[in-house]
Amino acid sequence: MASKTINIKVKVWRQKDSNTKGNFETYELSDISTDSSFLEMMDVMNENLVEEGKDPVAFDHDCREGICGMCSLFINGHAHGPDTLITTCQLHMRKFTDGQTITIEPWRVGSFPVIKDLMVDRTAYEQIMQSGGFVSINTGGVPDANAIPIPKEDSDEAMDAASCIGCGACVATCKNSSAMLFVAAKVSQLALLPQGKIEGAKRAKNMIAKMDELGFGNCSNTGACEMECPKGISLAHIARLNREFLVANVKG
Amino acid sequence: MSVSGLFLIVFLAVHLVANIFLLVSPDAFNISAHFMGTNPIIQIMQPLLGAGFLLHIIYSFIIQLQNWKSRPVKYNKVDQKESSTWASRNMIWLGLVVFGFLTIHVINFFWVVKFGHMEHVIIDGVKMEDSYTLVVSLFTDGVLGYVYSSIYIISFIALGLHLHHALWSAFQTIGFSNDAWRKRLTVVGDIYAIVIAAGFTIIPLYFLLF
Repeated sequence: MASKTINIKVKVWRQKDSNTKGNFETYELSDISTDSSFLEMMDVMNENLVEEGKDPVAFDHDCREGICGMCSLFINGHAHGPDTLITTCQLHMRKFTDGQTITIEPWRVGSFPVIKDLMVDRTAYEQIMQSGGFVSINTGGVPDANAIPIPKEDSDEAMDAASCIGCGACVATCKNSSAMLFVAAKVSQLALLPQGKIEGAKRAKNMIAKMDELGFGNCSNTGACEMECPKGISLAHIARLNREFLVANVKG
Repeated sequence: MSVSGLFLIVFLAVHLVANIFLLVSPDAFNISAHFMGTNPIIQIMQPLLGAGFLLHIIYSFIIQLQNWKSRPVKYNKVDQKESSTWASRNMIWLGLVVFGFLTIHVINFFWVVKFGHMEHVIIDGVKMEDSYTLVVSLFTDGVLGYVYSSIYIISFIALGLHLHHALWSAFQTIGFSNDAWRKRLTVVGDIYAIVIAAGFTIIPLYFLLF
């Protein structure tokens, strides 16, 4: 299949650091292959900027195969761009048309301050994890395989929740900047398994308290997070988080 | 939001059942209104209902302010047409329309019944307020009748949209949902929203047209 090339305009958010006010800059790019990935297009843009003696655009990326959760970007009004169940590194330029203007913004969340340009500081997620997203384990030998039987449905659902890569698309998409889908996935993956029962009562309570303390918004169940999640984490996990939270508060 | 919301959802059904007698006959509605005005359980529930409304409204503003604060720099371009429903994103505005309506509605009827001057009728030997005339005159009083009818009907549409994102959302918040129940509760919620919005809309429409 012969590859096509397109000419595009890229409207990018430029911001020196978290203390400076940012603004949009527009760059014109020509002969971009529709087979290239979105981040490759960004690389081409940066090479052009370096050649012109300008500061390249800073953006987060790492594995470039959709599993690390590092790439972000709010592209044309969508977290990770106009496609479902993918991260930005899995987005391809064939999703765009010749002559199109592409708006690229960082995750705009109070709790994720901009470090530079399109890079945001997502350590708020680490702080939430530190407040309860772990299990207590005994040191010693490796436990025997299958020593703790777990129903297939439970292990499947825990695995679905565990597929969360912590990219932040849910918070970026949520009109309230709520981190509920992230917290729900992290609580669910442990709440469904016997290994996670020890801290069960405290976990949901502590992680929700931390989320609120860090300034994330409240969940109003619009469901946008689920639709933009690159891993398709279901809202059912949020219901489970709410159940865990309610039970923890009733038990005291 | 969820618990007070579910309480208000139940109230709307009771209110609609009482109102539907308007379409039966003047006597039927007067008996219905007299029952609502004198039944001890309803009298106990009345202040609770007021508290439920206040809780729902005040709490909604508190969390809305928190939500606005959590995104200090807004997006230049947001496209959520495919990822969430319009109603779910605009619950605060739809709620505000319903709240505005509620104020007018309380002045129109509740206030008059409780503190204003009411004509009386005698049905089966029982003297009671002529609530039927009060309601019908509001919707049929010349130009003002058209104005009130329009306000009421527009508000019922807003209420219907508000309810579209109410039932499942409330159950989700209290943890009673999963992938299967989400579908069921959304369908039930939509049917409920249509019944409530259409049910209340029929009343001013009926008096306007017949």
